[in-house]
This record gives sequence, C-alpha cells and structure tokens, in this order.
Amino acid sequence: MKRYSAFAIAREAARYHSGWERAWRSPEPKRKYDVIIVGAGGHGLATAYYLGKNFGITNVAVIEKGWLGGGNTGRNTTIIRSNYLQDPSAAIYEKSRSLYETMSQDLNYNVMFSPRGVIMLAQTHHEVRGYQRTAHANALQGVTTEFITPQKVKELVPIINLAGPRYPVLGGLWQARGGTARHDAVAWGYARACSDMGMDIIQKCEVTGVRRDGGRVAGVDTTKGPIDCDKLGIVVAGHSGVLADMAGFRLPIESVALQALVSEPIKPCMDVVVMANTVHGYMSQSDKGEMVIGGGADGYNNYTQRGSFHHIEETVRALIETFPMVSRLKMLRQWGGIVDMTGDRSPILSKTPVDGVFINCGWGTGGFKAIPGSGWGMAELIAKGRSPLTDAFSLDRFKEGRFIDESVAAGVAH
Amino acid sequence: MLILECPYCGVTGEETEFHGGGEAHIKRFGPGSSDDDFHDYLFTRENPFGVHFERWRHVSGCGKWFHAARCTKTLEVFGTYSAQTTEPPSDLRAAISDKRPGWTWREFS
Ligand SMILES: Cc1cc2nc3c(=O)[nH]c(=O)nc-3n(C[C@H](O)[C@H](O)[C@H](O)COP(=O)(O)OP(=O)(O)OC[C@H]3O[C@@H](n4cnc5c(N)ncnc54)[C@H](O)[C@@H]3O)c2cc1C
Ligand SMILES: [Zn+2]
Repeated sequence: MKRYSAFAIAREAARYHSGWERAWRSPEPKRKYDVIIVGAGGHGLATAYYLGKNFGITNVAVIEKGWLGGGNTGRNTTIIRSNYLQDPSAAIYEKSRSLYETMSQDLNYNVMFSPRGVIMLAQTHHEVRGYQRTAHANALQGVTTEFITPQKVKELVPIINLAGPRYPVLGGLWQARGGTARHDAVAWGYARACSDMGMDIIQKCEVTGVRRDGGRVAGVDTTKGPIDCDKLGIVVAGHSGVLADMAGFRLPIESVALQALVSEPIKPCMDVVVMANTVHGYMSQSDKGEMVIGGGADGYNNYTQRGSFHHIEETVRALIETFPMVSRLKMLRQWGGIVDMTGDRSPILSKTPVDGVFINCGWGTGGFKAIPGSGWGMAELIAKGRSPLTDAFSLDRFKEGRFIDESVAAGVAH
Repeated sequence: MLILECPYCGVTGEETEFHGGGEAHIKRFGPGSSDDDFHDYLFTRENPFGVHFERWRHVSGCGKWFHAARCTKTLEVFGTYSAQTTEPPSDLRAAISDKRPGWTWREFS
C-alpha cells in the first residue's frame, strides 16, 4: 500500500493524479477463512483490523450485503464522547475516544477527528442532579468531564437561548475532549488497512444462512455461495435479530428507525456539539457548514431506513426554542438508519449459544463513538475467548441481573 | 407514517394518535417458573424482518389497548384486532398468508 502524505499529493499533482491506487481490493471469496465477520460497518471493520493488528490473525473475510460503511456507520451524526455513568461503559467508551485521537496516524487515513467539545444541556432540575452525578462518576473513572454553569454554556455557544420559555438552560455536562469525526472515513480507513493486511472485504454479498456442525459453527451461506470458517463474528447492528435467527438463537433486541437531517451550509456559528436531551434535539456544524441535526427514534419495530415525519417536527421545534437563529434555515436532506435497542441501553459483545459464534450488537443510537474500542475488545474476545473490555457486556447479563443501565447517558438518540 | 384503525371505536388515525406497546401475545412467567422462561418473558423479543404482531393503544382517542398485525419491512398494516385474545384471529392469519406466503411468527403461521 502506498502511504498517503503531503508528498504524495504533490507527486500526484505533478502527474495528473494517475498514480493513486484503489484503497482496497474487491476479491472473490475463498473457500475458507479462520474468521468471518458479517457486516462491514465500523464495528465489523474495526474488529477485523484489531484481529490482524493485535493478534496476527489475517486470514479474515468481512462480508457485507451492501457497500462498506453504508449502514448506520454512514448515516450517523458522528458525536464522540465518553461521559457515561457505569464503570464498564466508561472503560470501553474512553478507550474508544482515546483511540480516535490517534486514529488518523494509526491508519494513515484522515478521519477528521475534531475534539471540539460536547455539551449535554441540563434543562430540568432532575437533569442537573443526573449530570452532576455523572460528572462525579466520571471523575472516579478518570474521564475528564465537568458540570458547567449557564454562563459558561453561553460563552461556549453564543447562539444559544438560555431562557427558553419551557426549559431554561440550568447548566451542562461538558466534555472538552469529545467531538466529531468523518464517519465514512472511519470505515474507509479501517477497510484500507484491513485490505492491506491481506484480509478480504467482500461487498454486495449477503449472508443468508449460518451453517452449524453439531453445536459448532461451520460457515455461512451467502449470495456468492457457501464459505467455511472456524469462527464467526456477527456485527450487523439493526439486522442482528435476522442473523441470530439464522444461527438459531434469540436476542433481547428490537430494531427501530432513527433519523437525522442536515441544513444548507452556513458560515461558522457553533464550534462545539450541543445535545438537549429533555427537548430531544442535538446539533453540530460540519466542516462544510451544514448544521447536522439528530432526531428521534420511531416508537415501533421497523426496518425501513426512513423514520416517521412527526419526529422531525418535534426535533426542529425543540431546536428553534434552543437556537432561535435556526428558524430561517432550509433543510437539505433527511435519512434514517436501523438501530438495535437493548433494554438497558448498553451493547452486547459476547459469546453465543453456538460455539464459535460471537456477536457485537445493541449499540443502538450511540455506537459510532465506540467503533475503535469495540473493535479492540471484540477482536480480543474472538481471538482469546474473553476480554476485560467486553466481559461485562455478555449476553447472560440479563439473566444474571447485571444490567449496565445507561438510560440517562443514552436517553437521547446520538 | 402508519395509519391504524382502532377496532373498538372504529376511528382510523395517524400513528401520532396511537402509542406502540411492543410485542403482542407475550405469555407471563411469574414466580416459580424456570430462570430461562422468566428471562425470555422479561427480555427476549421477536424482532422479525417482515410479519409482526404488536400491542397498540389508542391514547388520543378511546384510550383502549388493541392488537395490530404489521410488516416491519414495508410498514403495511395487515389489520387490527381486539386485545381480548391470546392469538391472532384465523381470518387475519389467512389474509396475511395471501400476501406473505409461508410467513411464521413464534408458533403461529
Ligand atoms: C441517524 C443516526 C444518528 C446516530 N448518531 C450517532 C452519534 O452521533 N454518535 C454515535 O456514537 N452513534 C450514533 N449513531 C449510532 C451509530 O451509527 C451506530 O451505533 C454504529 O454506526 C453501528 O455500527 P455497526 O458497524 O455496528 O453497524 P452498521 O454500520 O449498520 O453496519 C452493519 C452492516 O451489516 C450489514 N449487514 C446486515 N445484514 C447483513 C447480511 N445478512 N449479510 C451481510 N451484511 C449484512 C449492513 O449492510 C451494514 O453495512 C447514530 C445512528 C443513526 C441511525
Ligand atoms: Zn379507539
């Protein structure tokens, strides 16, 4: 693989950009792999990457029914933060945030990580107490967050209206090292690195069945024929229930559509991410100048990447109260992704009832921030059978009553 | 946007008039049941890509709970029916079979 650098740009500029290579190969599947990962979203690709990088396992295929990064990874609003409440969450989200800081260098691919800071507004007394509690928990976990006053919020976000008629801003939970990144680039960067290690990323190939031999996995059936494997990682977000059904087990997960929208581009007006969980809306400004807005999730199971219109109305109404200047903005695009929700709003990274089958799902509305940390832990789980990062997130936590309750931290869809 | 018909008051309304209540026909396992049954009752959920049965409530109307049969792939509503039953009515199941031959959902088909 040729490295990307300022020198490479100059070299290619001098020869009409004729020397750029394809970022990844598009091979036909082999008969057998050591490990097959289903789903080339961020989590699947990061899992494959760390299998190779940390454990030297490179006879790996990542199988994707559409195009890589075309699921939730390419549809999310890219908020990265690690201000969760419970210790296992702090461990995996903070690991992830710290990996984002060096990702562009590690992958030699600019993922445009922008640690611009994230504020979660407290707009009820209940929220004030909740976020103060989170700030204390974060201090004990070694995650740097701070509960800030309304005046500090106004300094950071001049366009905000503190004295909203229904929900005045009473303070905020501030994580200065949170931020955003370019979502596609995260998937593309991992894909390029995986392909470079000799892994096969097979796009436009749908897994249609999981083949078992006794209680053990033998391989998968796909639209490009059967492929054998020793171990199988299912990393398909909203479609986890469908894959689990193929493998013969059930999950505590329901899939719903979650929406987002962006405005026309405008001049820079807000250089932090603001989340308003009570009124349900959040917003950041992209490098192109578009206001990126996250909406609500549908209240019923579905697989249509669209979402109900009234959620947009609710979100925009809330944002206009909080940021009066957006009332004149035109919206450019709206879309939806299928998110996989668990009861305790925490993910599942686990062995399954089928030997050799591992699952990584349940990231719901907030897994973009977790891509590198999740891949790191999931690779260890697949390679060694357990990982300190993933132990607490096992499938049997529900039966054992070990919930990792993040309903406050994950209350809004992000 | 879903359009549902309340089987009690006969009103047809948009989804904002109703509230989804999750999976239908869940059998309760209480004290004395096995750990597995209790776990499945509390946490495990059907999450089909296709035919699904749910509970809904007519919150901004008569306030009653009822059942709906829906396709999660296309958002088509096959029909709604009374809450006073533990399984989908046979005429509705037959109507679904006409549109989605071979469908199954839990023990029903
Ligand atoms: C609107 C929206 C906003 C969001 N905002 C944020 C945010 O601000 N911050 C944040 O941290 N998170 C956010 N999220 C959540 C985040 O996007 C997801 O948690 C994360 O991207 C999940 O990544 P993944 O790799 O698990 O899944 P995906 O990227 O969805 O990848 C799964 C892949 O599996 C493939 N697949 C499915 N079935 C099969 C099959 N049978 N065979 C082969 N391949 C298959 C799919 O095509 C897909 O490409 C948001 C999500 C949405 C929808
Ligand atoms: Zn009614």
